[in-house]
Amino acid sequence: MADEKDREEIIVAEFHKKIKEAFEVFDHESNNTVDVREIGTIIRSLGCCPTEGELHDLIAEVEEEEPTGYIRFEKFLPVMTEILLERRYRPIPEDVLLRAFEVLDSAKRGFLTKDELIKYMTEEDGVSLCRLGW
Amino acid sequence: MGCSSSSTKTRKSETSLKAALIIQNWYRGYKARLKARQHYALTIFQSIEYADEQGQMQLSTFFSFMFENYAHVHKEELELRKQSLESEQDMRDRHDYVDLIDVPDSYNGPRLQFPLTCTDIDLLLEAFKEQQILHAHYVLEVLFETKKVLKQMPNFTHVQTSPSKELTICGDLHGKLDDLFMIFYKNGLPSESNPYVFNGDFVDRGKNSIEILMILCVSFLVYPNDLHLNRGNHEDFMMNLRYGFTKEILHKYKLHGKRILQILEELYAWLPIGTIVDNEILVIHGGISETTDLNLLHRVERNKMKSVLIPPTETNRDYDTDSKHNKVGVTFNAHGRIKTNGSPIEHLPKHEWEQIIDILWSDPRGKNGCFPNTGRGGGCYFGPDVTSKILNKYQLKMLIRSHECKPEGYEICHDGKVVTIFSASNYYEEGSNRGAYIKLCSGTAPRFFQYQVTKATCFQPLRQKLSLSQWAFCMENILGLNLPWRSLSSNLVNIDRNGNVEYMSSFQNIHIEKPVQEAHSTLVETLYRYRSDLEIIFNAIDTDHSGLISMEEFRAMWKLFSAHYNVLIDDSQVNKLANIMDLNKDGSIDFNEFLKAFYVVHRYEDLMKPGVTNLG
Repeated sequence: MADEKDREEIIVAEFHKKIKEAFEVFDHESNNTVDVREIGTIIRSLGCCPTEGELHDLIAEVEEEEPTGYIRFEKFLPVMTEILLERRYRPIPEDVLLRAFEVLDSAKRGFLTKDELIKYMTEEDGVSLCRLGW
Repeated sequence: MGCSSSSTKTRKSETSLKAALIIQNWYRGYKARLKARQHYALTIFQSIEYADEQGQMQLSTFFSFMFENYAHVHKEELELRKQSLESEQDMRDRHDYVDLIDVPDSYNGPRLQFPLTCTDIDLLLEAFKEQQILHAHYVLEVLFETKKVLKQMPNFTHVQTSPSKELTICGDLHGKLDDLFMIFYKNGLPSESNPYVFNGDFVDRGKNSIEILMILCVSFLVYPNDLHLNRGNHEDFMMNLRYGFTKEILHKYKLHGKRILQILEELYAWLPIGTIVDNEILVIHGGISETTDLNLLHRVERNKMKSVLIPPTETNRDYDTDSKHNKVGVTFNAHGRIKTNGSPIEHLPKHEWEQIIDILWSDPRGKNGCFPNTGRGGGCYFGPDVTSKILNKYQLKMLIRSHECKPEGYEICHDGKVVTIFSASNYYEEGSNRGAYIKLCSGTAPRFFQYQVTKATCFQPLRQKLSLSQWAFCMENILGLNLPWRSLSSNLVNIDRNGNVEYMSSFQNIHIEKPVQEAHSTLVETLYRYRSDLEIIFNAIDTDHSGLISMEEFRAMWKLFSAHYNVLIDDSQVNKLANIMDLNKDGSIDFNEFLKAFYVVHRYEDLMKPGVTNLG
């Protein structure tokens, strides 16, 4: 039991270090805050893939009571550590990504044209999105 | 409810949607990782760059320390000043010196004809494209003439734009000739209908600083009312010593380089501080502080601001004791000159000097307020409130400045009131950033134009491998040990089948230890660590740029150095060293040889230490 606890502590310490480093890159004023618009990039650069909706929820969690446009490190660290520990928002594995492309390429050509990709990426069906829980 | 075909259809579109979302998600993650990587790279480069500049400012405090505490050095400094004053007189009288330099018939570089015309601009551009070097005779003549004309310019040039006469503003070029060519290619050559402002930092770092300076000066002489040059923090002979321009000149002009350097010292100080466009846009190199006083800056004698590293003396209580003292403790005679030992020394009063430093060195930041610029060691960080306050005070609408590299070549901050414009693309490395310029026209919004000199993409992953020549170049560039890297490569790194170097393999067997405390470091290590500072200090003492300093100067210099940096060096050690280094026993030291000797010695000592890896 003690061993496991030690291991977890080490893992947490490593996560803290990673999160701090990623945060510092975007902390332009060196005052432990980053612009809220960079939070998505920071989280994704740590290997997580939240959807836009999940990202919005996350931001709400780490924002100040009165949103200032800045996120403080003290608030960000615990939330991000939890995410990493729970392995939340893991990126989809590559073979699933490949299948996703294959689904869109109904004619089985092995490629998608630029226009097709644009069409798929930008069309939104609000109802379906809600139903899928995205 | 029962229509199976429609439910299959819905299922199909659901799958497509899911697929699209997966792809979208993955792509966002990928872009974010690339962005983070780019940010990491930029942060690293910037930290290195600013830490270096911080070292410069630390030297400045070192010099102040010198002035305040060491009377005999003070006297020496006065001697330096007297000498440079005299030489200024000399140069005015010795304009003929330029004519004494002959241009041999064998010279097949560009030949300029005075008075200059636009033909000469074209001539220069063509020649520099062919990588020719302009003869020293012409360089000196251009610099002389430029200085003469600059002297007549006010501290701030006032410019008006109109729909038929848009103004183009360019930022830092830093000796990157390709970027200047790109700008002229995209935007046209300077002329009466195509005016330009170059906002400082034309020189240092890049390898064509003198060529850029020549093009700009010649263009200025042909179109003095339509080509405007603002001084940057690198238009400073002391900065040039460290950041490469001095080296470039002495390398390209082995015979007359020193002469060119002397003229440059003065020319820089005559460059205007800034430009004001349409009475509403202020264009300066660095930034502002909350105490920036434009009216004062219009009046200062800007030519007295020789270098950021030659600060004003605060007091001169040792000398003129019967003059009146004002509150600051500086004595002035009727003409505002500080009197010392009977000879007039031309200094700027401290508050004026600081005003100019703020203009040349400050950076905007998001946080309100005005804080000392700890990154660079000089000037300040100014917030949006400071910008609003100062712009409102002088009824200005916008501040255009340069001084900082931006990934897109420009950046707008402080709610649209501050624009940074940077014109050296690929500044840190290929693909690091774009360059940009602004076109201004009264009544319309400023337009930005970007470019990047090479076509290499920004997002190349690190491959952990370099070609042998790239690796050798890096090693030499960083360590400066002048060693035959290619021959040594087999002992230092792993090389794969294709002849590519796995550069990380050098570090496999090396164990990084905590740095040794300064108090215990040997003389050799100290010299090595501070070698670039020493080089600058030595160069400053060596007023005739002869490459020699006297033994006495060397000893005094070393004493000061050790006192300031709190390093304990024994007197006898210094003396012994000085004597050894004076190879021909004539009482003077060729300090370039001296410094070089220490690079190699240090490395050798390193290899002999036990515990250092056997790299064979």
